[in-house]
Order: sequence, then C-alpha cells, then structure tokens
Amino acid sequence: MTDSNDDAPKPETTSRRRFLAGAATLGGLAAAGAAQAGNPKNLPPNVADWSKHLGDGVAVRPYGHPSKFEKDVIRRDVQWLTASRESSVSFTPLHELDGIITPNGLCFERHHAGIAEIDPDDYRLIIHGLVDRPLIFTLDDLKRLPRVNRIYFLECAANSGMEWRGAQLNGCQYTHGMVHCVQYTGVPVKVLLEQAGVKPAGKWLLVEGGDAAAMNRSVPLAKALDDCLVAYRQNGEMLRPEQGYPVRLVVPGWEGNMWIKWLRRIEVGDQPWYTREETSKYTDLLENGKGRKFTFEMDAKSVITSPSPQAPVKHKGFQVISGLAWSGRGKVTRVDVSLDGGRNWRAAKIDGPVFDKCCVRFYAETEWNGEPWLLQSRAMDDTGYVQPSKDDLRKIRGVNSIYHNNGIQTWALKASGEVENVEVG
Amino acid sequence: MSRLVDWPVGKLTSVRSRESGNPVLYFLALGPRFRGDERKFGFALAVFLLLVSPALAQDKKSPPRNYGIGQIATPEQIAGWDIDVRPDGLGAPPGKGSVKDGEKVYVERCAACHGEFGESAGRWPQLAQGKGTLASHDPVKTVGSYFPYVSSVFDYIRRSMPFGDAQSLSNDELYAVTAYVLNLNDIVDDTFVLSKETWAQVKMPNRDGFYDDDREKSEKAFWNSKPCMKDCRGPVKITGHAAVIDVTPEDKTPRKGGVD
Ligand code: HEC
Repeated sequence: MTDSNDDAPKPETTSRRRFLAGAATLGGLAAAGAAQAGNPKNLPPNVADWSKHLGDGVAVRPYGHPSKFEKDVIRRDVQWLTASRESSVSFTPLHELDGIITPNGLCFERHHAGIAEIDPDDYRLIIHGLVDRPLIFTLDDLKRLPRVNRIYFLECAANSGMEWRGAQLNGCQYTHGMVHCVQYTGVPVKVLLEQAGVKPAGKWLLVEGGDAAAMNRSVPLAKALDDCLVAYRQNGEMLRPEQGYPVRLVVPGWEGNMWIKWLRRIEVGDQPWYTREETSKYTDLLENGKGRKFTFEMDAKSVITSPSPQAPVKHKGFQVISGLAWSGRGKVTRVDVSLDGGRNWRAAKIDGPVFDKCCVRFYAETEWNGEPWLLQSRAMDDTGYVQPSKDDLRKIRGVNSIYHNNGIQTWALKASGEVENVEVG
Repeated sequence: MSRLVDWPVGKLTSVRSRESGNPVLYFLALGPRFRGDERKFGFALAVFLLLVSPALAQDKKSPPRNYGIGQIATPEQIAGWDIDVRPDGLGAPPGKGSVKDGEKVYVERCAACHGEFGESAGRWPQLAQGKGTLASHDPVKTVGSYFPYVSSVFDYIRRSMPFGDAQSLSNDELYAVTAYVLNLNDIVDDTFVLSKETWAQVKMPNRDGFYDDDREKSEKAFWNSKPCMKDCRGPVKITGHAAVIDVTPEDKTPRKGGVD
C-alpha cells in the first residue's frame, strides 16, 4: 500500500497549480501559490518533457517505490533522544499522509537492539508453559492456519512523551509520529492456544521477541483470546524487517511495546512476570512518586496533521483541516475541531472506514483569511471517553509519567501561514 | 455411549483443555499427529452433538479445532529459549555469584556504558542512585530507586545485556553482576552472594511503588457524553513555544508559510 507504485514522475504540484490558476481567474482569489514557479517549459501551452520521451519500462523497478519528487516523505529520528540508534525511534511523517493506512515503509520504528534479520526458514515460534502440548511452529505452519485481516492502529505509549512539560518538538511527525495504522494478516492467538490446550491455571502470557533485546511482556490471557493476532503480513505483503519480519504480535488498542516483534515464544503462566519493560519502563510515574502499572489501553487521541508545523498554509481562502484520530478502547465516534484554542468547537467530518481500535481520518472545511488560529482537535470514542486537554491530564498525572500523553495538541497558525507547536493556558 | 449424555455442551468456545472440565473440547482438540483415533471419534461426536443439541447447533462460534499443524516442542528446544525469571524466582537458572566477582564482570562488560558506579557514562542509562527522587520534579529511575523486583533486573540483563553482546554471560556471571548492581544501589552488602537460595532475601526499595491501572476511576471525568461546544473557557493565552525551545531536528520540510 505504498503511496505510489507508479513511479513515473507525476506532475502533482503542477496540476494543483493549474487548478489554482483556474480558480484565481474564476473566483478572483489571490492564489499566492501560483507564484511558485515550476519550469515554464513544462507548463501549458508548452508540451512537457515527459510528454515527448519514453520513460522507464516495466521491471526496471521490480519493487516500486515512491516518485523521486517525494524523497522528503520519510521517517525521521531525533538524535538527542537516545544514546544509540540501535535502541531508538523513528517517526511516521503524519503531515505527509492522508486516509487511514500508513504505507509500510513509513511506519514508525522502535527497536531496542536494532533490526533483527531473520531467515524465514530459520523462524520458529514456541508455545509452552501451562499447556497440554508444548508446540513449535515454522512460518509455513503459521501460514497454513486459518487467518484473519484486521486494520489496527499501533501507538507507542511514549508517543507525545516529550510534550508533558510543554510544547517541545515542532512538527506532528515528532509530537505524534509514533503511531501507524496498517492491515494485518495473521492467526488469532486463540487458535494457536487451542492447538496447545491451555491448562485451567493459565491466566497470563509471556510474549518474547527473537531479537537481541528479547523484548518480553506479560499479556493477560483474556486479552490474547479476545483479539490478539500472530501476524505475518502488513498491508498484504510480508511484515517489514523493522516491523518484526517474519512474525509479530498484534495487541489491538494496547500500547505498542506489547506488540512483540520477531516473536519467538509464548509462555502460558498463572501470574504476570513484571519484566523490566513493565516496571522500569511502561509504568506511569505520578506526582506522588507512585507508578501506575499495566496501563495497557491507549486512550482516545487525535492530531491535526495539516496544517501543522511541517505542513504550513500556502493560500488564503478555502482550507481543509485534516487529521487523524484513534482510540484503544473502541471506535472513534466523533472528532471536534477548534480554531480558537478550545473555546468553541465544531464536529469534523469523519471520512473513510471506521473500525474498532483503528485510525479514522477527519476533515473540517473552512475559510482562512490570515487571522491567527489556535488549532485543536479532540476525539471521542464509543465508550464515551473524550480526549482531555493537556492541563486536565496534568492535573491528574503530573508531568513525570512519560507515557500515555493523549492531551489535546495546539497548533498556532500565523498570518504568514507558518504553524507552530504551542502550549496554551 | 452413556458418557455422552453427561458431557457439558455450549461452552465450545473455551480454549481450555480437559482439565477445565470440558471433555468435548479435549477430544475436538486432538489432531491426527497426536491421537488419530480419538480425533475421528471427536469428529463423530461433534456431528452427533450437533444433531442432538439445539443449543449447540445455535452456537455460531466455531468450536476449537486441532489442525494437526505444528510439532511438539521438546524439553531441550524449550530450555534453550525459556530464559524468563519471575519475581518469585521461578525460572532462575542454577548458579551463583558474589558481589566481589560481579565487580570484575561489571568493570569489564558494563562500566563503559553505565559508568563505574552505575552513574552512566554519557547518555547511557543510569543504574544507581536516585533514591528519594521519584516524587520530585526530576525523578531518577534506577535499579535502586524504581525497579520493584530482583527478577526485573536479572531477567533483563540475562536477555539483553551487555548491549550488543546479548546472552553471552554465564549463569554465574549473571548472578554476580546482578549482585554487584544491587550492591551499587546499597541493596545488598559487599559479602552478598546471589543465587536461587538467597533470591528471596533481597528487598527492593521500590517494591510497593506501583499500583494497577485505575484510569477508569481516577480519570472518570474524561468520560463525558456531552462535551462543551461553546464558550468552553476564558481567553486563551499562548504560554509556551516549541520554536523558542528549538530542539526540533533540522529537516527538509517546508516550514515557512507561503502567504504574503
Ligand atoms: C554498549 C553500551 C552498554 C553496555 C556495555 C551495557 N549496557 Fe546495559 N544498557 C544499555 C542500553 C542502551 C540500555 C537501554 C536499552 C533499551 O532500553 O532499549 C541498557 C539498559 C540496562 C539496564 C536497564 C536500566 C533501566 O533503568 O531499565 C540494566 C539493568 C543494564 N543495562 C545492565 C547492564 C549490565 C549488567 C551490563 C554488563 C553486563 C550492561 N548493562 C552493559 C547499554 C549498555
């Protein structure tokens, strides 16, 4: 599902410009963007270069990639965040995307010991512990089992974690880019556990990765039986190495750290393990010095992806405000947008499919004539949860919890069209 | 066939085995690779139950089925990968290690990143100190100040440290270096020897520092079927600017608006 498997350079900006030029004459609107030149040789009435010459033939690009003009649509990292790139994070360029599906190559990455490269022939999954029959599966075995297709968002619990103490990073790629949303194909964990036969004492699973971090988390058995998947495909093709090729766990709606990549082992036990990843990390430290543990669900959250600091406004007049919303507790039922920092709200339009624990795309259509805006969005889900303001969240959580910051984001739009991440009070 | 009538039906979606008190499931869960005859019997039985039991016939969820896919994992295979350790010590390997031996391992294999005293060298994680900081403005989370159980440290070192050379420590080295990290945090004294036997003697200072997710109670106010839409707050002031803090990486995205 990459944006563009058709690699012929597309006159995307040109056609937009052409449209705007038309609009300018028709509606008399000042289209500031028309000033951005482009090469007159390619513009009408001249015949463009690509209209005269042959381009690459088939199979020149056996695995298609985006247009060379889209080379800045990439994941990015923040180097000062971590000591080493092997245990670090890169962020999804949300400001460049639309719809709900994240192209595979743009899904944010978080590894703790780099990307494991696993030969599919050498892949094994062991299921053991409180089971009647400990089992070992090859990748082929997993692919032979009944499978399902589900679209889910995956959000790192630390997404927006740098923003607890105030506006810090200038761009939704950095403030909100630890989320992606793809279609997974995989075997329900329930089916796998049925093959092994869980003993009555079984209450928790330990799930473990095969990379050099051997990431391990405890997952309640009830959740695993409810909707977890052992997935091997994303958006139709095999998982990308950085997403756990060949097999990862899918834990819908719950924090990304639990979605173990390069999954090698599932052990059934009668109590949680209290691994480092669910004690030292992924616990939410409150002001009183106590940590909340097992805060699995990702609460409802949304962000306006355009306009945003990396996607400034280029024209006055008609604007489509666009954003992404998701909830780990169920379906997003509504997203409201405010232009005045949360004083007044109106419901945005949700366009495209609405699934459980999945991203939705929202749009608010309006006019902008250079006045300052304080843009906000707030998501609601089918449990009645309303995304809180950052201040309301801080009143309960303080500013030390790192994880689970789902507070409402504010973007300040200036007269120039520039957008900035700001804190409001 | 008299056993049939006693068998509970209608719980076929349960994943649990015979011991859960549902023999139907047990039979249905047996594949040819395990017990061919019983599986055939199970199938016949399922057909029979479908015929005799309207309750069952109405159960839309598919019954557990064994697909005969996957092999039995041998104890040897499992042992090689089963490296997790629980707070109660379940899973701890044989072996032992003293603080003294641990110091050697630590200096050679850990100190370059974590600092001679666990204070961190550069930006690598700090492993010691931080006591009494959790409720402060700048909490320092370390093995001593934050980890609730020895197993949380031991299990982690066992699977992923030293960073870049994971699973290379012997069991004795693992016990020793864990003991040393505990000692750096004043949790055990200089003569301590960590092993399965002494495991339970270690009392982690922040053992009671955690409680279960209570958001549905403590954040109940966030569930609100009629959020305010008009005049929801007083005048809005900008109180902070990301551009002023200026820690965003330079990237090639256009940031200037194009509006004159
Ligand atoms: C090359 C640098 C490096 C070396 C050498 C190293 N570590 Fe680490 N250590 C790290 C990094 C990086 C992390 C965090 C990794 C992550 O979270 O993804 C870490 C995390 C840890 C943690 C968890 C800290 C916390 O607060 O959660 C412990 C404990 C630890 N290391 C112990 C050790 C021990 C013991 C050794 C020696 C046997 C060792 N490390 C060697 C880099 C190193």
